[in-house]
Amino acid sequence: MEFGLSESQKFLKDNARKFFAGECPMAKVRGMLETDTAYDAALWAKMVEQGYTGIIFPEEYGGVGLGTVELILLMEEAGRALLPGPLFSTVALAGSVVNAVATPEQQKKYLAPICGGEARSTVAILEAGASWNSADVHFASANGKLTGEKLFVPDAVVADFILVVARDGVFAVDAKAPGIIVQRMEAMDLTRKLYSVRLNETPAERIGDTAGLGRAFDVAAAALVAEMVGGMQRTLDITVEYAKTRKQFGKPIGMFQAVQHQCADMYLETESARSAAYYAAWALEEDAPDAGVAVSIAKMYASDAARAVGNRGIQIHGGMGFTWENDLHLYYRRAKASETTLGDSTFHRERIARLVIDAGAASVEGA
Amino acid sequence: MDLNLNAEEKQFRDELRAWLDTNVPKDWAEWREKPLEEVFPYLRAWQRKLHGDRWAAVSWPKEYGGRSATLMQQAIFWEEMARAEAPSMANALGLGLIGPTIIAFGTEAQKKRFIPKILSAEEIWCQGFSEPNAGSDLAGLQTEARLDRDHYTVNGQKVWTSFGTFGNWCELVVRTDANVPKHKGLTVLLVDMKSPGVDVRPLRQMTGESEFCELFFRDVRVPVENVLGEVNDGWNVAVSTLMYERGSYGARLHLLFKRNIDRLIALSRTFQRDGHSAARDPLMRQKLAQCFAEVEIMRLNQLRAFSRISSTGVPGPEGSILKIFWSELNQRVQQIAQEMLGPYGQLAGGDRHAVDNGIWSYGYLRTRGNTIEAGTSEVQRNIIGHFVLGLPRSY
Repeated sequence: MEFGLSESQKFLKDNARKFFAGECPMAKVRGMLETDTAYDAALWAKMVEQGYTGIIFPEEYGGVGLGTVELILLMEEAGRALLPGPLFSTVALAGSVVNAVATPEQQKKYLAPICGGEARSTVAILEAGASWNSADVHFASANGKLTGEKLFVPDAVVADFILVVARDGVFAVDAKAPGIIVQRMEAMDLTRKLYSVRLNETPAERIGDTAGLGRAFDVAAAALVAEMVGGMQRTLDITVEYAKTRKQFGKPIGMFQAVQHQCADMYLETESARSAAYYAAWALEEDAPDAGVAVSIAKMYASDAARAVGNRGIQIHGGMGFTWENDLHLYYRRAKASETTLGDSTFHRERIARLVIDAGAASVEGA
Repeated sequence: MDLNLNAEEKQFRDELRAWLDTNVPKDWAEWREKPLEEVFPYLRAWQRKLHGDRWAAVSWPKEYGGRSATLMQQAIFWEEMARAEAPSMANALGLGLIGPTIIAFGTEAQKKRFIPKILSAEEIWCQGFSEPNAGSDLAGLQTEARLDRDHYTVNGQKVWTSFGTFGNWCELVVRTDANVPKHKGLTVLLVDMKSPGVDVRPLRQMTGESEFCELFFRDVRVPVENVLGEVNDGWNVAVSTLMYERGSYGARLHLLFKRNIDRLIALSRTFQRDGHSAARDPLMRQKLAQCFAEVEIMRLNQLRAFSRISSTGVPGPEGSILKIFWSELNQRVQQIAQEMLGPYGQLAGGDRHAVDNGIWSYGYLRTRGNTIEAGTSEVQRNIIGHFVLGLPRSY
């Protein structure tokens, strides 16, 4: 049993960290978030070159064929860098859905362009009710066409095809298809923009049953938690550095226990979220019987912890933490968006309760 | 990263599981609720049985009677012990903390003298660390030892000593030099508790029991060959013991917590609140699920820490997050139990209306000690702040 990373996993993670540090430093992030799309085609092309867009997809479609653990290591580093743009939406979210529900022909049709860098994608899930329970979806196809409005769709404006969750299946819609109107929703996170997607008699290709969505959303949620962990780690690093250098009363503020203990809690929360994320990824990869519970534990914990870490980081920075110039609020905004995406802590606690309390199987054995 | 058991781990587990199947005493259920004084000989016998087949101290090197078990195998050991509902071993501190410290710092003669009897539970060990005026500031301790040719003469007082009334031997931290900075004048002595001048008094704690003792030393003679490690290097030796306490020793706690939360969840399915089971109360479900999740995260943090320290063999300061996590979590679980049980939560064992024989009322009080014993949460946060995050020392 080994919870540490293998040599190749370490290599991938270190490389990703170097790549994002070099290609997407904070100055670049700030530039991208000022744009309408938070998308940069040149940066995307470089990520394609690295194999990042095909990381979990089969080699026969041009992917790299790695597993969920490798995916979350990449996402952790993307999160540390606060990478803007549709990597999460395209690979972790849409890619996982295609992987989980589509036929091999459709997988090839939709995954090959993602691996090759020609296409970006996203998944339209929520409606006005904003429920993450698929039973609450109202969308339904009629004669191969979809009509209605989906909300809170990440990165929709740069997607070449949008996957739409309906009662009677999962559908792929071409972004240029007739009847589509994509509009920005002015939301807190500036680095991953949200959109409403209105469809009016829009032709759609059915790619599979909704039954496979649970697994796809679990993979996406694990990836999202890893991204949150990266953001928490960066927030902690920035804050500890500040606490060492900022002086008041003639001493570094990190010397005061009121400050130091908050840093210790940030560390505890970050490490605990990381343990949960890594385990969830491994459990998904292994198809472990507790994989669903593990994902909910991770998403539940990280949703609260990412916010708590952000709160503490801003507080320790004092007035500086409240400025636009300081990077912390950018991470804090992302943390709030991620907290609600794919279910917040309340949602996942209820899911754990259903799986553990109601099922009567109050035992999760990893080993 | 691979959380499946490898072939060696599987073999270790299967061998242990088979051994436990045959050897766990069938009458343990009749004994487990009895007071420690009564059950102690039983626990000694159980440890002897484990030791007979080299299961008492799996983490110890083979040449000292262990199995040189990896940290993962140690985790498996505690998991299997819990699964088999096996009794605990009598010499918990000797096996978990003091034995490893003697193996690390002791002379060959000391190892030969003490190790076999720790394993066989023939000699029970306790720790003389904290003092009335030296708790978190352990290095400020005042119990003094004066060298007099071939022995030290010890005077002073220790407090919060677990197993004090059962202890045959004590790992005692004393001041041997008062003229140097406080960390540099400490020495660890191995003290025979039958020495003239040693007085042990049980200390009654807020639960009403006496798990701990006060130790008084008046002109107690300790031969120089019972110095553990170097004279005036006692801080290093003591810290090493504390690291075992905060790190690998905590592994077994997860199983206790797991059993606890499972029991609470089972109880929630039948315990009635406002006309329906607590498990159907939307808020209670949230709180139970939170506790369940955190108990699992505790396990994962532990496993990750094991993997991290496998190469060094000694738990590092990161162990402090485990200590903070489990102690505060245990308090939250008890708080939720109280919330669920309402007025019934306060009933003690023996009351005819008590739920689960009063374990929740007891647990609520007992867990207050969790964030204090084995290093307060404040000290643990200082350790993380300074030693892990590199912030300047705050004290």
